[in-house]
Amino acid sequence: MSNELSALQLIMTGDPALLAIVELSLAVSLCALVLATLIGMPLGAMLALVQFPGRNVLVVLLNALMGLPPVVVGLAVYLLLSRSGPLGSFGLLFTPTAMVIAQTIIIIPIIAAPTRQTIEDLWHEYRDELTAMDVGPIGRMLTLLWDARVSLFTAGLAGFGRAAAEVGAVMIVGGNIEGFTRTMTTAVVLETSKGNLHLAMGLGVILVAIVIAINAAVWTTRAWSEQRPG
Amino acid sequence: MVRTETGLIVRAPLTDLPIVLDAVSLAAGATKILDQITLTIRAGGPTLIVGPNGSGKTSLLRLCMGLVSPSAGSISWGGRIDRTPVRRAIVFQRPVMLRRSAAANVAYALARAGVPRHARAARVAELLDRVGLADLSERPARRLSGGEQQRLALARALARDPEILLLDESTANLDPAATRSVEQIVLSAAQSGIKIVMASHDLGQVRRLAGDVVFMLRGTVREQARTKDFLDHPSTPEAAGFLRGDLVI
Repeated sequence: MSNELSALQLIMTGDPALLAIVELSLAVSLCALVLATLIGMPLGAMLALVQFPGRNVLVVLLNALMGLPPVVVGLAVYLLLSRSGPLGSFGLLFTPTAMVIAQTIIIIPIIAAPTRQTIEDLWHEYRDELTAMDVGPIGRMLTLLWDARVSLFTAGLAGFGRAAAEVGAVMIVGGNIEGFTRTMTTAVVLETSKGNLHLAMGLGVILVAIVIAINAAVWTTRAWSEQRPG
Repeated sequence: MVRTETGLIVRAPLTDLPIVLDAVSLAAGATKILDQITLTIRAGGPTLIVGPNGSGKTSLLRLCMGLVSPSAGSISWGGRIDRTPVRRAIVFQRPVMLRRSAAANVAYALARAGVPRHARAARVAELLDRVGLADLSERPARRLSGGEQQRLALARALARDPEILLLDESTANLDPAATRSVEQIVLSAAQSGIKIVMASHDLGQVRRLAGDVVFMLRGTVREQARTKDFLDHPSTPEAAGFLRGDLVI
């Protein structure tokens, strides 16, 4: 019981080192979410609306990539960004930028796959109406993305949850450097291995609280959208 | 498209009339939905397409709108075979409401029809007023009743400033009051010079609205006649049976 109490004390007193870790975690995951949304939603919508050879293969691949292991992405990004790698000259390895890149890659499929499904279903409903209004390909995509906004918001939150909870990739490409690339998840791993269970538990409590907050947001959005189907 | 009040450049008016169908067939797999239809829809009073369910009324409207291409035969609008809906609009039996307010639905249709942004607000108000939805402009469109959704779909269709307005059983699921308000909008549109082509299986509606009638059965056009002639002296036994209220299938 004393462990949990110490963890809560750390949170309550606003320990600066702890706050910095929380802040970095949220900033990295939020950046990854914004980038993955900007890439994943148009990508999903395009896969839903454009017919081209090999489309079905891409759809299956995209769905499979939702289960992409973060450590594998981390390794791939590590190889790309390491000194001898193709993008090594940018010197991005072991920086928050590298972590954002890795997390973006991990959650693009998590956002794009449900987007494709949602937009495809909506298109079946909207096809005649939009064709009759002479809406072009770009207009279709924007209209469907906007009208599917509630479902897509849920997809975005799922992506954010995945990014925030992920540990393997940020550990590999970030390096868990104190005060620079240490996130909640990597800190939990480190403090646990050091036997410093108070801090590990404190971070764990915050992480779980954030996950719960995200799920509460998803639930509230759903309830709101059911009440207001406009 | 002549729309001087909105500041658009005046172009030579294109016309979509007459719609000429020449031996048009439509098939879905092995099933023939429409079979060898030859039909001309000209300017004038409302044309009502009547016939039992499954006779091909909806498919004929979709062809006339240019949403599907015929499996055989040809169709032209004002002599052109380009399917782009220039001055045509359609109201489906179950219109899809965009997930936004009633006013935003109309504004969307205006934008797609090329009405510049600064002219839209006034046109939205005018169109909503025309269909009697001025009080509900900010209501999410999906929360409107069936009759209100039909009227909003009419406003959206009229936003395209159409020359031809196609309507698919627009009053099929409506009560008499809602039916009357839809019919009044349709009649006023017809009086303002819009060619109405409306599918219906309601003979009372045919009497109230139609200038001429196209009678369909099992994917074919059996009769095209002036309303009075059709109602008083149908020339085919099937039409006579339909008018008597027999279960023609």
